[in-house]
Amino acid sequence: MRRAALALAIIALVTLPYWIGGSYYINIASQILIWAVFALGLNVLVGYGGLVSLGHAGLFGTAGYAAAWLVAAGVGQLASGVGAIGLTVLMSALFAVLALRATGIGFLMITLALGQILWGIAYRWISLTNGDNGINVSARPMPLGLSLATPSAFYIATLMVFGLAVAAMASFVASPFGACLRGTRDQARRMTALGYDVWLIRFLAFLFSGFWTGIAGLLFCYYDQFVSPHLLTLSSSAEVLLMVISGGSGTLLGPIAGATLVVAMKTVASAYIERWNLVLGAIFVAIIMLMPEGLVPGSQRLWRWARRGRDLAAAATSR
Amino acid sequence: MIALEARALSKSFGGLRVSTDVSFAVEAGERRLIIGPNGAGKTTLFNLITGELRPDSGSVHLLGRDITSVPSRRRAHLGLARTYQIITLFPQDTLLGNVMLALLGLSPLRWNPIVRLTSQSALLEEPREALARVGLDGIADRPLAETSYGERRRVEIAMALAQRPKVLLLDEPFAGLSIPERRQVLELLLAIPRDTTIVMIEHDMDVALEFAERITLLHFGAVIVEGTRGEVVADPRTREVYLGA
Repeated sequence: MRRAALALAIIALVTLPYWIGGSYYINIASQILIWAVFALGLNVLVGYGGLVSLGHAGLFGTAGYAAAWLVAAGVGQLASGVGAIGLTVLMSALFAVLALRATGIGFLMITLALGQILWGIAYRWISLTNGDNGINVSARPMPLGLSLATPSAFYIATLMVFGLAVAAMASFVASPFGACLRGTRDQARRMTALGYDVWLIRFLAFLFSGFWTGIAGLLFCYYDQFVSPHLLTLSSSAEVLLMVISGGSGTLLGPIAGATLVVAMKTVASAYIERWNLVLGAIFVAIIMLMPEGLVPGSQRLWRWARRGRDLAAAATSR
Repeated sequence: MIALEARALSKSFGGLRVSTDVSFAVEAGERRLIIGPNGAGKTTLFNLITGELRPDSGSVHLLGRDITSVPSRRRAHLGLARTYQIITLFPQDTLLGNVMLALLGLSPLRWNPIVRLTSQSALLEEPREALARVGLDGIADRPLAETSYGERRRVEIAMALAQRPKVLLLDEPFAGLSIPERRQVLELLLAIPRDTTIVMIEHDMDVALEFAERITLLHFGAVIVEGTRGEVVADPRTREVYLGA
């Protein structure tokens, strides 16, 4: 049953360019996948580590700007991509060293401040970042000589990276290290007494989170072929956090569902409703009131409840 | 050989002295009971021994080694384990998962982000054994949230036992248990082999006295009386401080 559903989902995703009807929608699908990778990366900290970051857009933007600079400086595409990810992981390490002095609200405030510093640099250090005008990225990379210029080619490449991200998350969650991270979320003090280095576990989880955030930032930079301070705004950080929380933090599918919801609302609904922000807000309120644990765990709960109701009804009529 | 020793441990929180010059030594294999009225500094003493609190002065020695400056997590690797007075378990996991996490804490496998935890057979057998020792192997796969308070107390002990500690600190292992459950836990503690040294804090005199060989009485953070079970029980200062007679 699960395997059939997974196979069906993969077939639907791979053939999406053929049935979705138009490059506009293919591009939206690419955006959803990119934000899903970003949300999956953040979910490592929020869902499994219990560490809520409001500065991840800074890391997302670091990858984008780094790639744009390196490409503009004439470095090869592959080296630029690797360099951008390396720099993002280094930046994550810096974020982690500063922010992991605290947990809870303290952690949130430090990450928020760090994210704002990076945004400030992108916005005001004009000689370096070209300020509000941003930086153009002349061309998308051509892995193995394949052009990613068309929407469907780029979509397929993004889908492959997304698949890797999901596989990496699934393996991480089921691994001993994943269990350790969840342990530090639930009982940090106990974990120390059991012999765990809680700080180091959180630090490594932050790097893992930063790595996938960087991958997402890199994809976005190639998708838009343009980076601007808008990537690093606090509202980007908040948006990706909302994706994680509304979909269901600490689950594999939750961040993907959240990314789908938010990007679809932003792009599709905004074409029909001018005040789409209001609709999105109403949806978030509804989720928090009806499914505080998020869409994916909430739907699972409803599904079990409905099935039990049906079984009970069947038992009552047969009696 | 002395398994655990505290030398002149002192600790203050602001103006409040919670430990005053506490010294005691526990022989390897001994069963030591620490008693004292509420606020006598018993749990603080455990926290000083495990490193969750740093003493203002004095030192802690484990198996002859000065561990005063060893971080808390390293002490677990040196053979020190504890249980908590207030149950601190992992509520979203199964009983087996809880005990596995205890075992994993001492295994280099804990850094592995790739393999499946549930396919590590070495990490599955020992926790099942530890759960069997506390009589919970029948419900090993049940989520912790669906267990009773008494069962959770026993999971606490199973987690400590899974680490095969040389010195085990039990902080009120009978707290909140019914009388039959107390007997059950006592039997289980009595069955722990002598290669584990046990120091226990307990209020319940009936079961604790049956367990203890030597007793240390704390009052206002200081050692008042120490000796064999008979000596401490007979000592008039014990009556005065603790039994309130």
